[in-house]
Formats: sequence, structure tokens, C-alpha cells
Amino acid sequence: MAPETKHLEVTLDTHVESVNVAEEMCLRVAEAAGFGEDDCYRIGMSVREGVINAFHYGNQERPDKKIHLAVDLTPDKMIIHVLDEGKGFDVGRVPDPLAQENLLSTSGRGIFLMRAFMDEFDVVSGRTGGAEIIMSKKLPSGSDQAANGRDGQNASPQQEV
Amino acid sequence: MELRATYRDAGVVTVVDIGGRITLGEGSALLRKTIRELLDDGRTKIVLNLADVNYIDSSGIGELVTAFTTVKNRGGNLKLLHLTKKVHDLLQLTKLFTVFDVYSDENTAVGSFQ
Repeated sequence: MAPETKHLEVTLDTHVESVNVAEEMCLRVAEAAGFGEDDCYRIGMSVREGVINAFHYGNQERPDKKIHLAVDLTPDKMIIHVLDEGKGFDVGRVPDPLAQENLLSTSGRGIFLMRAFMDEFDVVSGRTGGAEIIMSKKLPSGSDQAANGRDGQNASPQQEV
Repeated sequence: MELRATYRDAGVVTVVDIGGRITLGEGSALLRKTIRELLDDGRTKIVLNLADVNYIDSSGIGELVTAFTTVKNRGGNLKLLHLTKKVHDLLQLTKLFTVFDVYSDENTAVGSFQ
């Protein structure tokens, strides 16, 4: 990991309240990184959707499974990882929620929203065997983190909560 | 903003004033419970006033769609009123603007049921 990258990670219970906890944690990081209100909203929503996905689809709402959330703040972007302990899934097979036949579907919009709100989005097979959502947002130009990264002065140690 | 839902009569139409975040958990559950109560009471002409809803996630969107289809299946209709910018943009992004009837004036929304 590059020395100027800040790392934060937390293990969450498979519980509805974890969605709010994850959102609030990432919002604090995003605000501190200099993202504006609109981007914070998009990041917060994406984190919610990622954790809802892990809670509902990945871990099947089973309390014995965990949700692993990690945030990397590099000089260029904020990267969010959401890892579940399910069986993984093929993101290419997720139905398009904008297709006419799916418009009245009561679910299936989370992946779409994360794609729409973040700059980069991918789903890979995680170390647990479950799905790992990796998504990122470019830091706004002029933010402290971006400036520190460019100057090479920001070398915060890895943090864990 | 505190989560709440109340409803009132506007002629044959019921206007639901809902406030707070409609998200996974309490917000979605409150919307579901409110719509169920209205339908159990025979109220099938519903205007959902979202003026005080500043946040909806995919679960909330799903609950709105469930409410819409449930009311439709009972022979009624559910229309949306006073969308905040975030909710407006979200419904546009998800193309649900093409599904729901959306109003910015309550009298017009209520009158549309005549």
C-alpha cells in the first residue's frame, strides 16, 4: 500500500443497523476528504447499497455472518470495499432495472445506483469466498488529501476501528 | 428529520404526509404499514406527499413500487406529490418518473382522481 494511503476498516454484524453505521462512517471520511454535499450524498448512498447487498443477498440476513467494510483514501480517490460471507455473484447477470419489464420490480436497483453514483465499480470474488464490491470516487481537486498526496507529505498509519 | 406518517381526507382522496428517510428498516416498514392500513380501510385513492422526505434508498424505492402496485391491484391509484430534489432525481434516474404520476400542487393531485 502506498505510504500516503489512509486505511480504515470495520467488521459489521449482519444487521439492518449496520447499513446506517457504514453510511455514517463513510460520510465522515468523505467529508473530511473534502467531498462536497452532492458527492457525499452519492458516496453515502453507494455505501448503503453495498452494505444492503451484503446484508440481504450476500449473507442472506444470517446473523452468524459478517460484513467487512474498508475505506482507502489515496491521494487521488476514495476507495470503498464491501465484502460479504456469501457465495458471490456474477454482476453481469444482474437484471437491468431500467428495462421496461423490470421497472416495477421491487428490488434490484442497488447495483445500478452504485454504478451511477461512483466513478468506478466492480464486483470480485473476495477472500471469504463471498462477493467483494469495490467502488471509488475521485477526490475533488484542491482537497486536503489530494494536496497532501501531491506533496508527498501525508503518511498516516493504517487505522482500524 | 423525524420519521412520521399521517393521513387526512381530501374528499374521496386520502393524502398521506410522510416525513423522514424512507430506507431499509423503519422508513420502508412505516410506508408499508400506512398503505396497508389505508387499503384495509377501503381507501384506494391515495396521494403520497413526499415534501418532507429528503432521502430514499433502493429499499425505499422498492417500497414505493410495492405501494403503487398494491394500490393499483385494488383498483385504486397512488400518486406522488411535492418531491424533493433528491427524490425527484432518483426517480428520474431509475425511470420511475415514467411510472408514477407526479404533482407539485396538492389540489391538482387530488383533482386528478375526479
